[in-house]
Amino acid sequence: MNEHTSIDAAVPRHIPDRLGSPLRARLLSWEMLLLAVAVAIFVANSFASPYFLNAWSLSDLTFNFTEKALIALAMALLIISGEIDLSVASIIALCSTFMGLAAQYGVGTPGLVAIGIGTGLLCGAFNGFLVTRLGLPSIVVTIGTMSLFRGVSYIILGDGVFKGYPASFGYFGQGYVFWVISFELALFLAAAALYYFLLHRTSFGRRIFAIGNNHVAAQFSGLRVGRIKFMLFCLTGLMSGIAAVLLTSRLGSTRPAIAQGWELEVITMVVLGGVNILGGAGGILGVVLAAFIMGLMTFGLGLLNVPGIVMSIFTGTLLIVVIALPILFRRLRNRRHARLA
Amino acid sequence: MKALLKQREFWLLAVIVGAVWLVSLRSPSFIQLPSLANIFNDTSILIMLALGQMVVILTRSIDLSMAANLALSGMVVALLNVALPGLPIPVLVLVAALFGTLLGSINGVLVWKLNIPPIVVTLGTLTIYRGLIFVIAGGSWVNAHQMTDAFKALPRADLGGITVLSWFAIVAVGLFYVLMTRTSLGRSFYATGINPTAATYVGIDVGRTRFIAFCVSGLVSGVAGYLWIARYAVAYVDVAGGFELTIIAACVIGGVSIAGGIGTVAGAVLGALFLGVVNNALPVVNISPFWQMAISGLAILLAVIFNARIERKRGRIILKQAEHAA
Repeated sequence: MNEHTSIDAAVPRHIPDRLGSPLRARLLSWEMLLLAVAVAIFVANSFASPYFLNAWSLSDLTFNFTEKALIALAMALLIISGEIDLSVASIIALCSTFMGLAAQYGVGTPGLVAIGIGTGLLCGAFNGFLVTRLGLPSIVVTIGTMSLFRGVSYIILGDGVFKGYPASFGYFGQGYVFWVISFELALFLAAAALYYFLLHRTSFGRRIFAIGNNHVAAQFSGLRVGRIKFMLFCLTGLMSGIAAVLLTSRLGSTRPAIAQGWELEVITMVVLGGVNILGGAGGILGVVLAAFIMGLMTFGLGLLNVPGIVMSIFTGTLLIVVIALPILFRRLRNRRHARLA
Repeated sequence: MKALLKQREFWLLAVIVGAVWLVSLRSPSFIQLPSLANIFNDTSILIMLALGQMVVILTRSIDLSMAANLALSGMVVALLNVALPGLPIPVLVLVAALFGTLLGSINGVLVWKLNIPPIVVTLGTLTIYRGLIFVIAGGSWVNAHQMTDAFKALPRADLGGITVLSWFAIVAVGLFYVLMTRTSLGRSFYATGINPTAATYVGIDVGRTRFIAFCVSGLVSGVAGYLWIARYAVAYVDVAGGFELTIIAACVIGGVSIAGGIGTVAGAVLGALFLGVVNNALPVVNISPFWQMAISGLAILLAVIFNARIERKRGRIILKQAEHAA
């Protein structure tokens, strides 16, 4: 933000941090829409089930989404920059497998956490290398590494299972920081604040938007597009590693099919949160709200004994409707303008 | 350009033949005709689906909902078979085809009329279609003993030495070859993908072309749905779970460019066959089938690296010249 101050005084001093107010208003209204949806689901839930409005119920429901939402934060940045990572769930599987393997050799809790997060970081760096150094399309690369990472888990584990994690390892997925605030929730909220700051309050964040809007122009403006994208892939891998630690700790065991299908849920969360899948626009607040919406919906329907697979109908419909509505509204408005003119 | 394209498919063919030959050193029966026919039979459904996916990818789109479409269409005909055992099988195949096309056209309309990115649309419909399977089946499975014998027999029936299932794939390959190389619709798929703006100027409706592409992939998924359910004689929610990515993998290995406009019928078929050969070869050479996933992942990565080296050139050169000018 501060780079403008060095520019010659002839240039207007005040260059807005964001684009003109219409866009801002739209983003704001998007988040307002999400908030309204979240509140509506919350109210509907509390009417639908007497067990819903209870501090421990509400605390339990956060376990539905915190792990996925942690990845969604980094994924949002990656998608804004115009790339995508479909391998996040497979990274979880690989991290969890390596942690399980290490646990068999008696590695302690700090070592396990380091292995989990380190593996995630390396996987992300591998994706980033293939995309930025070799110039390959990220969607295909990460479909490949999605098979590769989980495939390695299958090679190591087969149809077996790793158990026997140290007791203290259970804290990350099962522990509470304060009263009903779980470690997972606290970590997610802290991470969300950090990502909000990173994306909306630093020049690094502005660069991500610049790259997503026009990566050629960004390159000519002197941004190291490749390096920034590489860092974002590392970040996504890192968050997947953290999610792997939490999930493994919560389940207490590792199978190669762990976190299967999460990549699509994480991306749904990001897109629902108002991030443009084509890159260049989006915000952290929307992603956080979308995470809560998905968690509330899953939990609420669960209280009503609606099976998980039926919930996916709601999730899928929500995804399409939320994307389609603004497009329809814009089209209607344009038509009205055209008629007036 | 054409020579390069030919070369790519030639190399892929060479890799497949080489792999078959290597495996046959270990187990001579692998290279004999019954075994090869068996591999083709196993890969038939993947070949058909890869061809459908190729058409969609050519138009700069992607269809993640194919496997869910397959499972839903398959469940619909399975339930129909249970409810009305007297219904002739060709009618059921037709129903599967039409239902699949309907599901595909939903994707197509959303992409065409609302301009929602295909990856978002099909991500959404993928979860919706999977959920609908649970709803229409009431959460239960349709098992082999509930299906009529005729329903299960068709894909396995022998016709001139190979199964009807294989014939479905062969006919599909023939039809797609004609469609892609001999019709203006086929060429408009390529035109839409290579340069949508130019395609619009020459009078191609890009949105409509994408819509038709999704209908094609839906049609294929529907037919494959019947074949899959009938062949494995069981229908449940997770049929072909995760198969959407295998389909895309077959396309990528076959040299179909995810950026659109590049890809051939022969490539998609060879890409599918490559995965089929790997799957069938692993048990023969005593490698645990658990290696299968990692190997196909590696194959995808190698294929993309290989494809990119051919495709890259133009864009890079423009950028370099601009850099020099600046």
